[in-house]
Amino acid sequence: MAYALQQLINGVSLGMIYGLIAIGYTMVYGIIGMINFAHGDIFMVGAFLSLIGLLLITSGGMLDGTAAIILVLALSMVFTALYGWTVERVAYRPLRGSFRLAPLISAIGMSIVLQNYVQVAQGARVKPIEPVVQGGFTLMRDGSFAVQLSTMQILIITTTLAILAIFTWLVTRTPLGRAMRACEQDRRMASLLGIDTDRTISVTFVIGASLAAVAGTMYLLRYGVIDFYIGFLVGVKAFTAAVLGGIGSLPGAVLGGLLIGLIETFWSAYFSVQYKDVAAFSILILTLVFMPTGLLGRAEVEKV
Amino acid sequence: MSTPLLEIREVSTFYGAVEALKGVSISVAPGEIVTLIGANGAGKSTLLMTICGDPRARSGRVIFDGQDITERPTHHIMRGGIAQSPEGRRVFPRMSVHENLLLGAQSQGIDPAPGLEQAFTLFPRLEERQAQRAGTLSGGEQQMLAIARALMSRPRLLLLDEPSLGLAPLVSKQIFQAIRKLNAETGLTVLLVEQNANQALRLAHRGYVLVTGRITMSGTGRELLARPEVRDAYLGGH
Ligand SMILES: Nc1ncnc2c1ncn2[C@@H]1O[C@H](COP(=O)(O)OP(=O)(O)OP(=O)(O)O)[C@@H](O)[C@H]1O
Ligand SMILES: [Mg+2]
Repeated sequence: MAYALQQLINGVSLGMIYGLIAIGYTMVYGIIGMINFAHGDIFMVGAFLSLIGLLLITSGGMLDGTAAIILVLALSMVFTALYGWTVERVAYRPLRGSFRLAPLISAIGMSIVLQNYVQVAQGARVKPIEPVVQGGFTLMRDGSFAVQLSTMQILIITTTLAILAIFTWLVTRTPLGRAMRACEQDRRMASLLGIDTDRTISVTFVIGASLAAVAGTMYLLRYGVIDFYIGFLVGVKAFTAAVLGGIGSLPGAVLGGLLIGLIETFWSAYFSVQYKDVAAFSILILTLVFMPTGLLGRAEVEKV
Repeated sequence: MSTPLLEIREVSTFYGAVEALKGVSISVAPGEIVTLIGANGAGKSTLLMTICGDPRARSGRVIFDGQDITERPTHHIMRGGIAQSPEGRRVFPRMSVHENLLLGAQSQGIDPAPGLEQAFTLFPRLEERQAQRAGTLSGGEQQMLAIARALMSRPRLLLLDEPSLGLAPLVSKQIFQAIRKLNAETGLTVLLVEQNANQALRLAHRGYVLVTGRITMSGTGRELLARPEVRDAYLGGH
């Protein structure tokens, strides 16, 4: 029981990270109907930018834990957003109106470019950091087993929830969010109402990238090691989360992320750590075969 | 005649290699209701869309309010006093009626309140349905919403593409009455595409007949109604 509770805590905090990345996949799919294969690498870039920010800020020793993290988070979001924006401008926008596979191929190219760029600029070695946030609570004891809720996990969960709340408000309540949803439902009609659809698409990439940056920061702080290759594996899992939740659905992305995080954690805890990635990918395949619209996806495809 | 609000000069529009408009010229004066009639595939919708720059005219000019808008991006054109209720209504199905209406005004940077009030006066049904998802509205209600949404931007020129398509005669009559009322009360200029040529020609001050991408006839609504060619081809002996 205590062991399961511990896995639940771990699974939720991991799932939040997947969920944040999954939102980027699902938003871009919703608005331009493509799978942005470079999104996992945007997450990786976000993690590296956080690493650089963290080193810069803490080397001065001016700021303590929480303030430093907030600053790192903000910096990483801004600069990662710039990467997301650039990827769209350079690799996808020129191909709009081209054949369907063109942006997909371009996305795979972008993914390779980003990986190699980071590898060359940062080196291929694994980058470890000193733990920034330490401590935590012991929730309960069961014999020799203690259920721990670390400060880091609390931080991940609360930050993610806060960012999700802001993001939900943005999409559902503001003119910008309304424009995004309009572009998603009927892009030509949106432009007939005076909406600058190219700009709206750019904004979507910017938001997706900044959420990926949050995930990148959390990943870095939680696991303490990153390398240029994390974008692939984490990216595919987040993509699985988006598909499981129903691609195009924002609540679905978060739900899918949580489920993948939980499944992966419980699988590792009770079955086999070695095969934890197999679990995630099996879910992707099972979902695609038996439930291609996902849990919260729309069955009907309204295309004009 | 005063200087036209909209002038289309020798416009040709292509879909790939297919020439859908072959040198079309029409003009619409401020305060006029002008109708465009023609058979299926004549190019009526293409003409309305070309005015909005989507698709863009390959040759010829589109002049609105003295300005050449031929090369402008669609969203610029639509911010400058033109609005369209397009073929097939195209309401945003997964947004509420209220949100659909707000979208009509938001890129204009104007207060939506007066527009909403006008929309609800014109179509009281929409006020009752404000919170309903537009995709679940009836066809007639969706048409009302599409027109009301176009009006939210407070346009000087309203482009209407087959507002009566698929509607019961009573509802279609309601919509025509609304157009007439807007034109009379606010001086709104309207370019109307209709299958229902009889009703359209009665409503309009002037009309054009479009046949496979070319204007073949023009005149006042009454004149066109009296022409035997028009009666045979578009009024089907009604
Ligand atoms: N997106 C497109 N791609 C290729 N051809 C098109 C496209 N849209 C329209 N066309 C062609 O252009 C011609 C004019 O079409 P348009 O929709 O303007 O006709 P219309 O007069 O509005 O007809 P209807 O009364 O049926 O609505 C038709 O031959 C049509 O097949
Ligand atoms: Mg048409």
